Amino acid sequence: MKDDPTGAPRTAPIQSATFSDPVNAEIRRAAATGIYDIRGGGAKRKLPHFDDLLFLGASMSRYPLEGYRERCDTNVTLGTRFAQNPVELDIPITIAGMSFGALSGNAKEALGRGATLAGTSTTTGDGGMTEEERGHSKKLVYQYLPSRYGMNPADLRRADAIEIVVGQGAKPGGGGMLLGQKISDRVAEMRNLPKGIDQRSACRHPDWTGPDDLEIKILELREITGWRVPIYIKVGGARPYFDTTLAVKAGADVVVLDGMQGGTAATQDVFIENVGMPTLACIREAVRALQDLDLHREVQLVVSGGIRTGADVAKAMALGADAVAIGTAALIALGDNDPKWEAEYNALGTTAGAYDDWHEGRDPAGITTQDPVLAARLDPVEGGRRLNNYLKVMTLEAQTIARACGKSHLHNLEPEDLCALTLEAAAMTKIPLAGTDWYPGKPGSGF
Amino acid sequence: MQTIDLEADGLRHLNATLQSQVAETNQTAWEILNPRGAHAIAVGLDAPIEVTVKGSTGYYCGGMNSQATVHVEGSVGPGVAENMMSGTVIIDGDASQYAGATGHGGTLVIKGNASSRCGISMKGIDIIVHGNVGHMSAFMAQSGNLVVCGDAGEALGDSIYEARLFVRGSVKSLGADCIEKEMRPEHLTLLAELLERGGCDAKPEEFRRYGSARQLYHFNIDNAY
Repeated sequence: MKDDPTGAPRTAPIQSATFSDPVNAEIRRAAATGIYDIRGGGAKRKLPHFDDLLFLGASMSRYPLEGYRERCDTNVTLGTRFAQNPVELDIPITIAGMSFGALSGNAKEALGRGATLAGTSTTTGDGGMTEEERGHSKKLVYQYLPSRYGMNPADLRRADAIEIVVGQGAKPGGGGMLLGQKISDRVAEMRNLPKGIDQRSACRHPDWTGPDDLEIKILELREITGWRVPIYIKVGGARPYFDTTLAVKAGADVVVLDGMQGGTAATQDVFIENVGMPTLACIREAVRALQDLDLHREVQLVVSGGIRTGADVAKAMALGADAVAIGTAALIALGDNDPKWEAEYNALGTTAGAYDDWHEGRDPAGITTQDPVLAARLDPVEGGRRLNNYLKVMTLEAQTIARACGKSHLHNLEPEDLCALTLEAAAMTKIPLAGTDWYPGKPGSGF
Repeated sequence: MQTIDLEADGLRHLNATLQSQVAETNQTAWEILNPRGAHAIAVGLDAPIEVTVKGSTGYYCGGMNSQATVHVEGSVGPGVAENMMSGTVIIDGDASQYAGATGHGGTLVIKGNASSRCGISMKGIDIIVHGNVGHMSAFMAQSGNLVVCGDAGEALGDSIYEARLFVRGSVKSLGADCIEKEMRPEHLTLLAELLERGGCDAKPEEFRRYGSARQLYHFNIDNAY
């Protein structure tokens, strides 16, 4: 505070909470450019999340298992409803769909190597199947997206599962973006588009218009692949009860539910931050839909969107998920936003930990780029080793928690093992607020 | 001629049998009886065989075809020849929505009319329609050729990329970023070949060409819709 010349005290400057520095910077940016801000990653605003739940370890009323000594299994089978060859995984943590184009070839290879070492699957993305990923992923899920970039029956038959993408947590109702800076010759060829243009992939499938059509589309895909592989349906977290119900009705073997914290290669910032529902709020509604259909555990539920730790994994499974998928966390494990590149992040006007201009193709870590010089910075063998380590740690963490809850398999975790820290989390998950037997909306509670 | 009665043998047997044919097969001619509007007939074929469907089909007939020639002696439901890679699909009658959607290659010939979204998101396929096409045909079409001997509905070529559209009759309206373009000699030559391949007796000089203005290729507020 600085007194004025008359000696009268002046009020210290007060920043507006509404017109904060970031808000004002965005207003200035919009005024200068006339176009919305595009970025990668997921929602950055604070949202109710798994941190708002806690586990109730065993004491008297429950009996714990010994850490490291007593068995706590982690395997999961996805696609048991109709497919001849369900996907058998050693751990219930899978790698979410991320496209070649958004990611470098080395990054895709590293994901494949790491996932295979850890005994789990990777997923292609909006750009087709690459040899880097197919060659290094023992289990590969092939995404069937509205754009149909690179879609062909030969690759369809090389997949271990097909994931029909109807929505994405970062942008339910929105299509993909890949800006011209990242459209190399190879990306352009795979997508049948001119090099260097800004690609807007479709927000809706071109050849079906609703769940009744989708049921027939799934029949076609099964006929093409001989009914061998599971069909996943991925929905963005927006209306989880109804979307899960309709996905199951259409014939899904697996429902993949991607909450609002889920990432994306690039889309409008306003979309990422303002459309969709928090992952935490989606899970119980999806589980309720499966239970109402009497298909919980027969149609598996994979949850994604902001999964970071073994605790997140365990909480998602306690709420009723069969497995989880990670995207952003896997990229960080590979080395994205690593502080060792801080000087280069600074040169791009940002900092390690906040870099999200993935669409510009200048990622110093060589992960979200098609620049061959930058991409060469990521050693796919070392990246795979790091991802494997991370997946192993998450699994160990989840097992540790499960054992403390007395569970000999991660799938035995249940809502009873949890309490809620906040009213919001209690309301969203129907988990009682810590120290009570109550959650908002509980029947008979008067609320 | 090999014959499969869909009513008696079922869809799985039909597709598994056709999909198991290899390039060297001597069973090159197949006839499918009693299609009766069934979905996913002759999908995912990958051999140079000739399949004749004796009647009308439901959704996705000839879907993801490679190499094969599928001839439907009737009309087809939505998504005929969707994502075709190569080969030929010929429809004697009419086609419902999304005919040839996302097709990467091959030739789709529709001797009747096609409904809305014909050639939507096409990526290299050639589509020749003897009759009319409905609204939003060639929406987000990336590459390949759409030939319409009759009229085109509203919003033709909306958000089109590099596909070429040739229309002989009227166009109710053009979609975002789609414009009429000059018909140069190379286009007349190309169109003549397409018309011959599609069994059309129309003259290339009777057509007008449409394509992308390329104003939406980069994000620019001055071009926003």
